[in-house]
Amino acid sequence: MKGMAKIGVLVLTIAFLFLFPQFAGAFPVLFLTEIIIFSLFAMSFNLLFGYTGLLSFGHAAFFGLGGYAMALLAQHYHISMIPSLFISMVVAGASAAIIGFFCIRRDEIYFAMLTLGFGMMVFTLVHQWRSLTGGSDGITGFEVPVLDLMVKKFQLFSPWSFYYFALVVCLIFTLFLWMVIHSPFGLILRSMRENAERVSFIGIDIKFYRWIAFIIAGLVAGVAGGLFAMYDRMASPSMVHWTMSAKPVLMTILGGSRVFFGPVLGALIFYLLEHTITQYTQSWMIFLGAILIPIVIFFPEGVLGTLISWGKRFMKGAGHGG
Amino acid sequence: MLEVREIHTYYGDSHVLQGVSFEVNKGEVVCLLGRNGAGKTTTMRSVMGVVPPREGKITFLGEETTGLPPYRMVKKGMAYVPEDRRVFPDLTVEENLEVAYIAARREGRWNVEVILELFPMLNRLRNRKAGHLSGGEQQLMVIARALMANPAMLILDEPCEGLAPIIVEELEGVIMEIRQEVTILLAEQNAPFALRVSHRGYVIEKGRIKFHGTTKELMENQEIQSRYLAL
Repeated sequence: MKGMAKIGVLVLTIAFLFLFPQFAGAFPVLFLTEIIIFSLFAMSFNLLFGYTGLLSFGHAAFFGLGGYAMALLAQHYHISMIPSLFISMVVAGASAAIIGFFCIRRDEIYFAMLTLGFGMMVFTLVHQWRSLTGGSDGITGFEVPVLDLMVKKFQLFSPWSFYYFALVVCLIFTLFLWMVIHSPFGLILRSMRENAERVSFIGIDIKFYRWIAFIIAGLVAGVAGGLFAMYDRMASPSMVHWTMSAKPVLMTILGGSRVFFGPVLGALIFYLLEHTITQYTQSWMIFLGAILIPIVIFFPEGVLGTLISWGKRFMKGAGHGG
Repeated sequence: MLEVREIHTYYGDSHVLQGVSFEVNKGEVVCLLGRNGAGKTTTMRSVMGVVPPREGKITFLGEETTGLPPYRMVKKGMAYVPEDRRVFPDLTVEENLEVAYIAARREGRWNVEVILELFPMLNRLRNRKAGHLSGGEQQLMVIARALMANPAMLILDEPCEGLAPIIVEELEGVIMEIRQEVTILLAEQNAPFALRVSHRGYVIEKGRIKFHGTTKELMENQEIQSRYLAL
């Protein structure tokens, strides 16, 4: 019964996502593309936060490096979409392997500070290395690579075709993250979140497992960043700034870190709030803060987490009644 | 199976173990007895590699293991149940057991199904989140989890502490059952319990071994009983 309801909601959501552009204009399609990309970014962050118990304040480094790799490839090499995205993913993953090697040596606040520190270093590097990155101007004026599926080539210029491409890529990587979390490896990650010391007592080298989780999170963030650079037609230093690292943190806390799709709902709420509030005022962060504070205090499981536990309680109550 | 020679262990500057030596042979249940603060837990943490000793030598299954980190000790066949008996509260009982099995990757008698037969109380709770179990149930689950690594030797630190008598009885049954195949080192303040399940015992006081002998010898020695065990 519960499983059926879950699958039902999932199927309906995916169907809606595929049908949406058939009825919507360019603006809503672009808007939803951005939400989908950020959902993937936030989910990659949550592999570390919600499932491994590591709060990263530097996740934008991998999002940004993926974005820059993608933009540089599009500007200089004109290779097609899938190989470009693959290379961006590898660049982000390799950086995560190096940065992660140091960060996973500590946990809790020390881990958070290390990731923040490395994130700032990456930002400075990107910002100062003008000859490669264009400094504060970023990289612009490239063409979106062609999607070459062997049998057919697709241009991804229009918001509609890019939407479908981004959607499919994000669904594939969502499935990938789901499989990681539900694998034996994922079970070990979840145990480390609960009690890292005790995991070493059952025979696990926690540093190694944390490192692998860090690399996977970096790889997926690189894919999201690559997509975002193509969506935005630009790779800019804002992609690697620490405020960009804060976005997946906020989205995950809004939606719920202990629920797989929590970050997705968080990203949706984040963008809807931003969109609605900025129509009235530029200082929308004040309102975001005013919404986040009661959520953290009263609904620490996040919006989706809270809805699910209410649903469970309701089902239980109904079960007792019948 | 386990040989500890003259280990000295420190917490910062404080010299906790001052030359502890003992051994545990295959198939034995050996208890470490002593008051609170005598050094029982530190001895176990030293063996497990949680606090590596600064001097001395630990040999396990014929290999020197002094200073190996806990996860390496588990892979070699040592399982450890610390006294604070932490479960993974948000995982179910079954997941708690499964993760230990996956982690250790050691084949042997124990797997989820076999272990739940040995602990019928846990079988009924297998889909319950471990954080929702009672203290006694959690203790049994943590021992079950340690067995999932199919260890050659099991270290139990104060397994009876704070448990209701009925759970202690269940625990005694479990230890009697598993001691056929697992060598056990047990630290206990509850001396009657420890002496019922063990073959031999060591009395530790202020970081030094004061006495050792068979359980019979320990039980017959009035001086040991009154000075160190406070029966």
